[in-house]
Amino acid sequence: MAIDIGFEGQAQRRAWSQHRGVRWVRRGEAFLFPVALVALWWIASALGWLPEQILPAPAYVVETARNMISTGELFYHAGVSLRRVVFGFSIGASLGMILGIAMGLSRRFEDYVKPTFLAFAQIPTLGWIPLLMLLVGIEETLKIIIIAKGALVPVALNTFSGIRSVPGKYLEVGRALRFSPWQRLRKIILPSALPSIFTGIRYGLTHAWTSLVGVELLASSEGLGYLLVWGRQMFWLDTVIIAMIVIGIIGFAMDRGLEASEIFIRRWKRQSEE
Amino acid sequence: MDQTSNIIRIRRGLTLPLLLLVVWEASGRLGLVDVRFLPPIEDVILTAKHEIIDNGLVGQLGSSLLRNIAGFLIGAALGVSFGTLLAAVRITDRIVMPTFNGIKQISLLAWIPLISVWFGFGEQAKIVFVALAAFIPITLNTHDGIRDAPRELIEVGRALRFNAWQRITRILLPFALPSIATGIHLGLIYSWLATVGAEYFLAVGPGIGGLVIAGRERFDMALVMVGVIILGFVGFIFNRLAGAAERRLLRWRD
Repeated sequence: MAIDIGFEGQAQRRAWSQHRGVRWVRRGEAFLFPVALVALWWIASALGWLPEQILPAPAYVVETARNMISTGELFYHAGVSLRRVVFGFSIGASLGMILGIAMGLSRRFEDYVKPTFLAFAQIPTLGWIPLLMLLVGIEETLKIIIIAKGALVPVALNTFSGIRSVPGKYLEVGRALRFSPWQRLRKIILPSALPSIFTGIRYGLTHAWTSLVGVELLASSEGLGYLLVWGRQMFWLDTVIIAMIVIGIIGFAMDRGLEASEIFIRRWKRQSEE
Repeated sequence: MDQTSNIIRIRRGLTLPLLLLVVWEASGRLGLVDVRFLPPIEDVILTAKHEIIDNGLVGQLGSSLLRNIAGFLIGAALGVSFGTLLAAVRITDRIVMPTFNGIKQISLLAWIPLISVWFGFGEQAKIVFVALAAFIPITLNTHDGIRDAPRELIEVGRALRFNAWQRITRILLPFALPSIATGIHLGLIYSWLATVGAEYFLAVGPGIGGLVIAGRERFDMALVMVGVIILGFVGFIFNRLAGAAERRLLRWRD
């Protein structure tokens, strides 16, 4: 295979890929690799290269998945995890935004709070889990706090830097128009910091989802993380693999959902500016 | 910034931590909270001292760091090569990248049960997990950095009749260096997280993560606090080191 690192003719190629047929081929290419992987997996298990406990047959995994769906087990655990994330993320993101706005607006508040905040932020979410287990036990409160913490740090930091990078000119316009502080925040600062806040929210949601898996692995009797631990203990690798796939799909869907809403809000913002 | 305002900022920055320490100490002395939940500062320091002198805390930290660095180096080497390969060979990029993008959605910790089945609970499994944590961001950033190389640059290589290897090492990799540095920075942070995670869940052998878990099991809050502070501190140092390395690597560009 020739190593193709030329980038010439990109425009032509783009014109080409407008072509429907080519686009479908492109889309098909993306499936080649996964299909090949599954084929290899299927052959490996059919020929018994690896014991069933190490690598269950694909058909077996599909069957288990179908079972878990029809009994509602999968939806139940996914629902538990989702509820925890929505709850924890909402709390963490709102607190993070308030903290970020406060630090961004007031130098004095920043001076007082930011060093301590950064010091706490250094400790990885995983580090907090054992500590909080001793403080609040292993019930729902622990999960919500951990997830909220995962979301809070990126939201706060990005909101802060978004507000700090509002161009001085905009603020002068606000001054010239004699805006009240509230108007300044609502009409100038927040809209201008919006892209950065959104970046924070996306990171926050990713962190929240990762934190959820961590906390459910360590202390839970339901949820997708629990499914992982349980499957591992029983040597049900089919369950483990299914839980991993569902975790991936939900993570992906949440990220895409936020991306779409970000584009939507930006477009709406541009329209309202015109 | 002039000196007085710096002093004011430092004073302000120290206010909250000092206040917290005072509240911590006072609440213990006045019996406002159970010492099992909030041990006196003195206890935490004594525990730290005891762990360093009698229980080989430094050795535990050393094995965590060693594990972290070994995994990180493996993951980084694989990530840079794989990212370069993907970006440079268009056909593999189109075929493999969508799958890679799908797989990276699985949050890191969810890999632990599968890795423990495949590699056991020992050192090997931990290093595989840490390497995976570094591999993903480094691959992605290397790939994106090389993909962004402008056409003019590639044409220079063609004019100079570079072969594929020369194009990669003299044009694409240097061009992608800022992006690779970002990947390495992220990789360092994630691999430390993964080290802690690996030690929590694959709890065999020495390490700071194991220490924290042991502290929790014994309901020894002071020990947990010592462990958590060390975790934070190491993370902080890694972050600083990565930042410094990044600036150094990119200095030639100015």
